Amino acid sequence: MTYILAFLIGGLICGLGQLILDNTTFTPGHMLVLFTVLGAVLGGIGLYEPLIKLAGAGALIPVSGFGSSLVRGVMVESQKLGWVGLLTGVFEFTGLGLAAAVFFGTIIALIFTPRS
Amino acid sequence: MEGKGPLASDFDVILPDLAMGQRTPERAETKILEEACNIALSAANLKPEDLEYMLAGDLLSQIISSSFAARQITAPYLGLYGACSTAAESLILGAMLIDGGFADTVLAATSSHYQTAERQYRYPIELNIQRKVTAQVTVTGASAAILKSQGTGPRITCATVGRVIDLGIKDSSDMGSAMAPAAADTLFWHLSDTNTRPEDYDLVLTGDLGRVGTVMLGEVLKDKGIVLGPNYNDCGLMIFSQDQDVGAGGSGCACSGVVAMGHIYKSMLRGLIKKVLLISTGALFSPLSFQQGETIPGIAHALVIEQA
Amino acid sequence: MPLDEAELGRRQARYQEIVKQNKPRPPILRNFLLAFVVGGAICVIGQAVLEFFTARGLTVDEAAGPTLAVMIFLGALATGLGIYDDLGELSGAGAAVPITGFSNTIVAAAMDFKREGYVLGMGSKMFIIAGPVLVFGIVSAVLIGIIRMLAT
Repeated sequence: MTYILAFLIGGLICGLGQLILDNTTFTPGHMLVLFTVLGAVLGGIGLYEPLIKLAGAGALIPVSGFGSSLVRGVMVESQKLGWVGLLTGVFEFTGLGLAAAVFFGTIIALIFTPRS
Repeated sequence: MEGKGPLASDFDVILPDLAMGQRTPERAETKILEEACNIALSAANLKPEDLEYMLAGDLLSQIISSSFAARQITAPYLGLYGACSTAAESLILGAMLIDGGFADTVLAATSSHYQTAERQYRYPIELNIQRKVTAQVTVTGASAAILKSQGTGPRITCATVGRVIDLGIKDSSDMGSAMAPAAADTLFWHLSDTNTRPEDYDLVLTGDLGRVGTVMLGEVLKDKGIVLGPNYNDCGLMIFSQDQDVGAGGSGCACSGVVAMGHIYKSMLRGLIKKVLLISTGALFSPLSFQQGETIPGIAHALVIEQA
Repeated sequence: MPLDEAELGRRQARYQEIVKQNKPRPPILRNFLLAFVVGGAICVIGQAVLEFFTARGLTVDEAAGPTLAVMIFLGALATGLGIYDDLGELSGAGAAVPITGFSNTIVAAAMDFKREGYVLGMGSKMFIIAGPVLVFGIVSAVLIGIIRMLAT
């Protein structure tokens, strides 16, 4: 059941992104920024967490999930640490992903060269 | 990919891959251009020191492919930039140098490379980007032509240098539409200057308007009362076949270069066509101007090539 | 003959009308379905990875991090093998929106710019596409945090 929901919700988020690309002058970069900020806003008003509960990876894997993770870290940390938490919290849940992207990115780039 | 297109048999060399055994794609482009120049020289039984001028240009910033290739060719060199119209620009200037009595033997060359153009104008090669339906694919290749004051081959008999025309297109994934008004303008002035009609030519050939740009050209010409018949074609449409996945067709300096100096030149030698009007088109923008929201100006240069 | 601004404006308006009428439209339904299916499929793979971790006793919140790391690795590997750009050509946002696409932007830029050197090329240009996502994501997250603190 979760697999079906992950497919449907994840697919819908991506499909929405495609509609934006095809119907506006947005570049993929603009679209990704929009989705990240939207995810952050939805996370901020408490709507993204239920979506992750419902669809699991379907809400976590799209870049909007990254936006909501940024906000979740900020909210968790700022409750613990106050104002300092606003800044330390940003990388609370996303730090792992960022470090992974930079690390794997460097390794892969050292091994492979662009082809097509 | 060009080597699998319909014109492959008229190219002197089909490249095995994009890298050409070089460390960077920029070096590969220089290498391709050098080879094209050397093939043209040996076909004409000339040595580099016989050249009085080398006229060349490409798409990269500060036209490094041409200048680096000229480092190897060692002929007196004039670098040109006319974006994708450079093929015609170099031929026209070469013909003018000879006609004015300033030279007897001129090399006119140009190149473009899919990867170098993508890197400069668009995105990293391996990025997940979907090509828009209007977008074209930069042709990887190089062309070189030797122009001489005497001889028996096809001759450049007439040329019309185009004006920069900008009708406010901003979409860099739709260069055909950005360049079509320039092609229409140059064609209009060429026909009225020479008092000819499109039917007077065996072939009217635009550079790289692609599937979208050719439609726009037809629409703009309709307003000027010019109708292009079945003798009209576009290099960007000719170089690839329909079933190759190339968006709206080919583009780049090499597009009109290799089609004109490969396919058209050989067709003329075979006597299939006698009089060709070539209109190379170029989009005169840079990644910087595009990001700053400037519109994309177009240019087109026309020349008539005749085989007696 | 100097440029006649008013005449140019008229010609521009006329031409933009021509372009608008004759420009081919993207196959919106086909593109949407491809993005939907490919994006959904990537999320299903993610779900399988997530459940692999939760089956080993992690809560969903705890498993999210390792899941993202695995997906980022898969995206990076597919980019290195030259598969991911074809996936992007096929499915557009279906490949761009998932975290694997984020990973692809970083790896693709790193691979491309390493020829301009490891420090000034690869190192400095790695975030050429992913950078804006980080900048605007972080700025909006901190702003939202401030608003939440002021509101409560």
